[in-house]
Amino acid sequence: MWRPGRLVERNALVARRSPALFLAGFAEPVLLLLSIGFGVGGLVEELEHRGSTVPYAEFVAPGLLVVAAMTATAMDVSFTFFIKLKYLKTYDAVMATPLGGRDVAVGELTWSLLRIAVYSTAFLLTMVAFGLVHSWWALGALPVALAVSFAFGGAGLAATTYMRSWVDFDKVWLVLIPQFLFSGVFFPLDRYPGWAATIVRCLPLHQGVEAARQLVLGQPTWAILGHVAYLAIMGAVGLRIASRRIDRLLAP
Amino acid sequence: MFGVTRNAAGVLVGESVASGLMPEQPSPLRAPAGGGALIEARDLRKSFGDFVAVDGISFSIERGEVFGFLGPNGAGKTSTMRMVACASPPTGGVLRVLDMDAATEGPAIRARLGVVPQEDNLDTELSVLDNLLVYGRYFGLERGLLRRRAEELLAFAQLTDRARDRVDPLSGGMKRRLTIARALINQPDVVLLDEPTTGLDPQARHALWERLYALKRDGVTLVITTHYMDEAEQLCDRLVVMDGGCIVDEGSPRQLIERHVRREVVELRFLVEADKAAAAVLVESLSDHVEVLADRLLLAADDGDATAAAVHAAGVRADAVLVRRASLEDVFLRLTGRTLED
Amino acid sequence: MAAPAALAAPMRVVEHEWLMTRRLWQGVVFSMFVSPLLMLGAMGLGLGGLVDDGAGVGGTSYLEFVAPGLLAATLVQAAVADSLWPIMAGTTWLRTFHAMVATPLRPRDVQRGLVLWQVMRSSAIASVFLVVAAVLGGISSPWGVLALPAAVLGAVACAAPVAAFAATRETDVSFSLLMRLGVTPVFFFSGVFFPVGELPDALERLIVLSPLFHAVELCRAAASGTASVALVGHVAVLGALLVAGLRWGERTFERRLGV
Repeated sequence: MWRPGRLVERNALVARRSPALFLAGFAEPVLLLLSIGFGVGGLVEELEHRGSTVPYAEFVAPGLLVVAAMTATAMDVSFTFFIKLKYLKTYDAVMATPLGGRDVAVGELTWSLLRIAVYSTAFLLTMVAFGLVHSWWALGALPVALAVSFAFGGAGLAATTYMRSWVDFDKVWLVLIPQFLFSGVFFPLDRYPGWAATIVRCLPLHQGVEAARQLVLGQPTWAILGHVAYLAIMGAVGLRIASRRIDRLLAP
Repeated sequence: MFGVTRNAAGVLVGESVASGLMPEQPSPLRAPAGGGALIEARDLRKSFGDFVAVDGISFSIERGEVFGFLGPNGAGKTSTMRMVACASPPTGGVLRVLDMDAATEGPAIRARLGVVPQEDNLDTELSVLDNLLVYGRYFGLERGLLRRRAEELLAFAQLTDRARDRVDPLSGGMKRRLTIARALINQPDVVLLDEPTTGLDPQARHALWERLYALKRDGVTLVITTHYMDEAEQLCDRLVVMDGGCIVDEGSPRQLIERHVRREVVELRFLVEADKAAAAVLVESLSDHVEVLADRLLLAADDGDATAAAVHAAGVRADAVLVRRASLEDVFLRLTGRTLED
Repeated sequence: MAAPAALAAPMRVVEHEWLMTRRLWQGVVFSMFVSPLLMLGAMGLGLGGLVDDGAGVGGTSYLEFVAPGLLAATLVQAAVADSLWPIMAGTTWLRTFHAMVATPLRPRDVQRGLVLWQVMRSSAIASVFLVVAAVLGGISSPWGVLALPAAVLGAVACAAPVAAFAATRETDVSFSLLMRLGVTPVFFFSGVFFPVGELPDALERLIVLSPLFHAVELCRAAASGTASVALVGHVAVLGALLVAGLRWGERTFERRLGV
C-alpha cells in the first residue's frame, strides 16, 4: 500500500465537512485578477515584455496563478500543519501504525498538491474565460503551479517542524509577502536596479512566475527547465528534512 | 461486551470470536507455536541526551500472557513501552518483537500491534466511526472488511449510537473505550496498554479489566504498564518491577509477594512522631521486618492478628491498627524503599 | 468630569491588551508594520512606474493615489482581523474576558476597552505609515495629517460591528469566510488601487456600501489637501456605522459575558 495515500484519504474525509472553505480559497486569486489585472490594468493598458506588447491583465494573470499556488500551499503546511501537529495532535496516533514521519510529510504535501491542482485548473479556465490566454503552451502553467506548490510545501513543512508557538508564524508572512510583492508578478524586473533584479531572480516564487508567464504568453524558453528544477530540488530537500524532524518530534 | 460463549463447534470461545471479531481459533493463538518469546529485550537502553530513562533492562514476554511493567511515575515504563511499540528507537541493546528487529523493521511490527496510549489521541476532526475507519486504513485494511469490523468494534465499545458524533463531546470513559476499540481494528497479536485505567472511576476500571480478561481468553498477548498494584495483581500473569530505569525484580504477583514479604501486614498509624518512634523500638522483636513510613509502621507477619495482639500486649497504643494481606505495594517498598505513589 | 471617569475602567482593558502585545510583539511586527510599508513600496513605486508611464491617474502620480488608499485599507483589515480571533480567544478559547468581568469591570467596559485599544493600535500603525509615505513623496499636502484620524475612524467603524458579531459566535468557522468573502473583495474594490470610476456602473453604485470606500475618500482628500462637501457625507456614514456597532456590541457583550 502507498502509505501516504492513507493520510490523503483522511484529509479528504475531513474536507468533506466544510466545502465552503475549500471554495473560498479560490476566490482570492480571482479577486486579485479582477482588481489589479483589470482595475489597475485600465490605468496601465499595455506594457513592453520581451519584445512584444502585452495587455497588463495578460501580464499579471500567470503570476497570480503561481502566487495562488504558493499561498494556498503555504497555509496548508504552516498554520494547518502546525495546529495538527501541536494542538490537535493528529499525528500522534498515526505514528503507532505502520506510517512514519516520511509518510506524514508526503501525505500532507500530496493533499496540498491535489488542492492546488484543482484551484490552478479552475484559475486557468477563468483566465481563458476572460480572454487572457492565446497559446496552448498555457497548459504548461499547471505543472509549473504544482512545482511551486511542491517547493513551498516541502520547505514549509520543514520550517513548521521547527516552530515552537504561533508567535513564529509572522515569519511565514515575512517569507511570502515580499516575494508576492517583488518577484515580478505586478511589474517586470527591468524596473529594478541591477543588483535588486539579481536578488529577485534567485527567489523561488520568481522561478514559478517566470516559467508560468513564458508558457501562458506562448514564449517558452529552455530556461523553464532550470526554473522547474530549482523548485523540484527545493521541495525534495524540504521534504527530506521534514520527514526526519517529524520522526524526531513524534518518535523521540 | 466480551463474554464467553460457544462457537458453532460447541467449543468454549470468547464471544468476540463467535461474533467474527477475532479469528476462528480457540485460544491460544494466531501464529504457529514456534520457539522463542514474542517480545524479547536484552540490555535495552533509552537515553534522552544525558538523561537515562531505561538503563539496560532485559525481559521476555511469552505469547498469550498478560505481562505487566509495574513501577512509579518516571520509572521508565512508558519509555520501554514506546520502544516495544516501535514508536521510539532504542539507544542501545537488542529488542525483538514478533521475531523482527525493532530497530529496523518498525513499520512491519507496528502493523501487528495494537496501542492504547496513556492519553487518548483520537482524531477530533473525524466522527467516532470515521476514527475507526481511518485508523484501519492506516493499516492497509480493505474497505469492506474494515466497515464490518468497525461496526463490531463499535458494538463492543457500546458506542454504536454515537457513530456519527464528533469525538469531543464524548465522556472520558467513552473516549477510552473508543481508543481500545481502535487499537483492535487490525486484530493485533499484541496489545500494548499504557496506564489503561488511570483517571477512570472504579466502575469503569472494573469494566475495563473485564474486557482485558476477555481479550486474554481470545489469545491476545497483553502488555500493560501500571502504577496501581491492584491492577497488576488482578490482571498480570507475570510482571516486572521497575524503578529508576532498571528492573528490580520479576515474577508472577504471587511469587513476588512470597519472595519479598510475609503473607500479611500489620499497619500501625500514629499522629504524633514521638509515639511512632517509641513504638518502633517496642515492636522490633515482634516482626522480622518493620517498615517505618512518614505516619505509619508496617510490620510483616505470617499471622497478622496474632502479631497485632502481641503489639497490644507490648503496650503499644497506635491511633489506628489495620491488619491486611501483603500486596505488591509492600513488595515495591521492600525492593526500593519507596512507595509506588511517590 | 464625566468623560475621564467613564474611560477609567475601559483603560484597564487597554492596559491588558498593551501588556499582551508587548510580550508577543515579534509575532505581529511584520504583519502590522513592515508588510503595509512593503506594499506601499511595491505598489506605489513599482507598479506606480507602470501606471505613470501609461494612462496615469488623472494628474497625480500613482504613488500619491495609492498611498492614502493603502493607509485606510491596511488599518481596516488589521482592525477587523483583530476584532475576530482575539475576541474568540477572550470569550471561548482562553476566556480572558470572563476573568475580566469577575472583577469590578463590566462587559460594557471590556467592549469599550477593546475599541479604545483599536484606536491606539491603528493610530500607531498609521503614524509610521504616514511618515514613510510622506518621505517617499506620497503625501502632497500638509493636511495629510488629517489622514490619520480619517483612517482610524474607518478602522474602528469597521471594528466595532465586527467585534459585536464575533462575541455572538461559538466557533471561528465563519471568521475565515468573513475575511475571505467580505474583507478581501472590499479591500480590492474600494478605490484603493484604481479609481472606482473604472468599475462597471452596477458595482460603482454599490460601492457606497463599503466603509473602506468612505475612509479612502477621506484619506485621499486629506493627503491631497482638497476639500469638498462629500467629505461630510463620508464622515457621517462612518460615524453612524461606528455608533451602531458600539450599540450592538454593548448588547452582545452583555449577553455573552454578563451574569
